[in-house]
Amino acid sequence: MLSSKRLILAHFWLAFAAFGVALVLGAWQMFVRSPFNVWHFNPEFYYRSVTAHGSVMGYVFPTLVAMAFGYAITESALEKPMIGRRWAWTGFFLVAIGAVVAMVPVSLGLASVLYTFYPPMVGNPFYYVGVVLVVVGSWIWVALMSINFIAWKRENPDRPVPLAMFANVAGAYLWGWTAVGAALEILFQILPVAFGLRSTIDAGLARVFFSWTLHAIVYFWLIPTYIAYYTIFPRAIGGRLYSDAMARISFILFVVVAMPIGVHHLFADPQVGAGFKFMHSVFTGLVALPTLLTVFTICASAEIASRLRGGKGAFGWVSALPWKNPIMLATALSLVMLGFGGAGGLINMSYQLDASIHNTQWITGHFHLIFGGAIVIMYFAIAYDLWPHLTGRALNTFGMMRTQLWLWFIGMIVTTFPWHYVGILGMPRRMAFYDYLNPAIAPQAFSVMMSAIGGFILLISGILFLTVLFRGQFGMRSEAGAYRFAIPVHMPARIPVALNSFGLWLALMIGLTLVNYGFPIAQLLALPQTNVPAVYVGAAR
Amino acid sequence: MSSETGPHHGEAVAARIERRWAALSIVIVGVLVGMATFIGIHQATMPQGRVELANPRTLHLSGEFIESNLGTSVEADGSVVVRAVGQQYSFTPQCIVVPVDTPVNLRTTSADVVHGLLIEGTNINTMLVPGYIADLQIRFKKPGEHVMPCQEFCGIGHQGMWGKVKVVEKDAFAKLMASRRRISCVE
Repeated sequence: MLSSKRLILAHFWLAFAAFGVALVLGAWQMFVRSPFNVWHFNPEFYYRSVTAHGSVMGYVFPTLVAMAFGYAITESALEKPMIGRRWAWTGFFLVAIGAVVAMVPVSLGLASVLYTFYPPMVGNPFYYVGVVLVVVGSWIWVALMSINFIAWKRENPDRPVPLAMFANVAGAYLWGWTAVGAALEILFQILPVAFGLRSTIDAGLARVFFSWTLHAIVYFWLIPTYIAYYTIFPRAIGGRLYSDAMARISFILFVVVAMPIGVHHLFADPQVGAGFKFMHSVFTGLVALPTLLTVFTICASAEIASRLRGGKGAFGWVSALPWKNPIMLATALSLVMLGFGGAGGLINMSYQLDASIHNTQWITGHFHLIFGGAIVIMYFAIAYDLWPHLTGRALNTFGMMRTQLWLWFIGMIVTTFPWHYVGILGMPRRMAFYDYLNPAIAPQAFSVMMSAIGGFILLISGILFLTVLFRGQFGMRSEAGAYRFAIPVHMPARIPVALNSFGLWLALMIGLTLVNYGFPIAQLLALPQTNVPAVYVGAAR
Repeated sequence: MSSETGPHHGEAVAARIERRWAALSIVIVGVLVGMATFIGIHQATMPQGRVELANPRTLHLSGEFIESNLGTSVEADGSVVVRAVGQQYSFTPQCIVVPVDTPVNLRTTSADVVHGLLIEGTNINTMLVPGYIADLQIRFKKPGEHVMPCQEFCGIGHQGMWGKVKVVEKDAFAKLMASRRRISCVE
C-alpha cells in the first residue's frame, strides 16, 4: 500500500539526476587523466570535479536512494501509510538544499578538498554546511524509520516485524550512528576554522573521526542492495527466500561490526598505535561474515526458484533461471562484482598486504567495484522493480534494461580491473595527470586507457538507465497491484526477541565503537600541541 | 523440498546446511585473521608502536627535522636513518639515497598539509600527517631507482609531487658517506 508515491518519486528522481551529473564528471575525469588527453588543462578543474563527483556519489545519491526505498518499504511492508510524511518532506528539502549549498562553492573552486575533507586544508564553509544539511535531512529519515518501526511493533505485539522493514531500520540505525564521526569532525574541528574562529586544527584526530564514518558509510550504501537481494530477488524470479532468520542475523552483524573497524583506513597513519590497528583489522575480518552468509542464502534461494521451474542437476539448475528478467540479471552481475570486490577487501583488511596498495589506484578500483558495481547495479534493479508501483504505468522496456545492466557490468569490470592492476604497480590515486613519458610510469599508460574506455561504457549505461525511467513516466497506465516482498520457504512461527528488536544490538554497536575508538580519540585529545596551522584553499589571493 | 518426508524434515535439512555454511564462514574468517596475525608477528611487520609528535611550525628551527639534518645518515650505533619532510608540492630531499640490503629507519613528517609517500616497486607506504612523525623500518633487496610519489591529495599541485629513491651498493654508499654527515642524491 504505497500512499506516499510523490514523496518516494521525488527522492528517486533527485537521486538519479544527481547521479547522472556526477557520472558525467567521473567519465570526464577518466578521460583527462588518461593518455587519450593530449591537451593541457588546469589541474584545479580536476580536483574540483573529483570533489563534486565524490560528494554527490558518496553523500547525496545513496542517501536519497536509501531514504526513498526506506519510505517505500515502510508503507508496503507494514501495510499502512507511514507516520510523519510532512517530516519526510522536510528531510527531502534539507537534503536538496544541502546539496545545492555544498555544490555552489565546489563549482566555484572554493572548496576543492575532495569529499574526504583533508584538514588542515580547509575550504569555503558553505561546502561543509551543505554536507551537514544533507546529513541532518537523512537523520530525519532515521528518526522516521525508528518511529514507524516502534509504532508498528506496539500495534502488532504478536507478529514478527517483516524482514524488509527490520533490515531497513538496521540500515537507518547504522547510518545514524556512523554519521556521528564525520559530524564531530565538521562541527567541532573544521567549521570553526572555516568560519575563521580558529586557525589551527588537529589533522590526525580529524582523520580518526572521519574513519569512523568512512568505512561504515559503505554498509549504509550496501543495505538497500542487501534488502533487494533478500526481499525482492526471490519474489521477482518466482521463488522463496531460503532463510528469514539468517537474513536478520546478517543485518544485525552489519549494525554491530560495521563501525569499530574504520581504523583500517589509517593503517599507514602515524597518529594511531599498532594495538588499535590490530583490533580494527580483526573486526574487519568479522564484517566479511554477513556477506558470506548472504551469498549462501541468495544462491540457495535462486536454486529453489530454479527447481520450482524445473531446473535439474547439481549445476544445471543455473540455466533454468529466468535470465531475461532484469532483476535476475542485475542480482547475478551484482554478486559477481561483490565476489571480486569482497576478495579485494579481504586483502585490504591486513596491515601487511595493505602496505602494498594503500592509497594507490587499487583502492579506487576496489570501492568503485563494490559501491559503483555491486551496490549501484541493485539500485537500478530496485528502481526498475518499484517504478510501475510508483508511477502507475507499465515499465516494459525489458530489452533496454538488460542492455543497460550488461553495459554497467562490463563498464565496471573494464574500469576497475586495470585500476587494481596499476595499483599493484604503485600508481598513486587522486592525481590530475601523470607523466606517461617517464619510463617508470609508461608501463601503466595502457591500463589507464582501458579504464577510461570503461568509464565511457558506464556513461552510456547511465544514460540508458535514465532513459528507461523517463519513458516509464509516460508509459501505458496500468495497475501494478500491491508491492510485495519475498516470503521465506519456512515462515517462522515465532521469532526470538533478539531477531525482532534492536536494543541489545544498538548497545553493542555503541559499546564496541566506544571501545575501539575511545582510546585513540582520548589519546589524541590529551596530547599537547597536535594542532597545526590550517591551510585555506581557494582563498582570495 | 522432499515432499515424501514432510515439510518439517525439509526445514531441519535447510537449517542444518545453513549452520554448516555459517561454521565454514567463521573458519574462513578465522584462518584469514590468523594468517595476518602470524605473519605480522613472525616477520615483525607491524605498524609503528607509538605516536610521536613534531610541530610543523618549528620544524625548521629545532629538532631532528631541521634542514641540515635531512637526508640519509649513519647514526652512532651504525644504523642507517633517513629523515625527510613533505610540503606542498615536494619532498626534502627530493632524491633519497640508501644502501642495498641494509635495515633503514625512514622517519618522515609534513610541514603543512597531509601528504603520503609510497615507493613504487616495493611495499613501502606511509602517511605524512602534520604534527606527527611516521616511523618505518625498510629494507631494499636490489640496487636500482624507484619513483616516490605523494599518494595523498595535498592541493592543486599534488600531481607534481614526485620524489625519487636511489638504492646503491654498500661500498658505494660507504664512499658517499665518508666525506659527509648527511647525504642525498639531489643534484
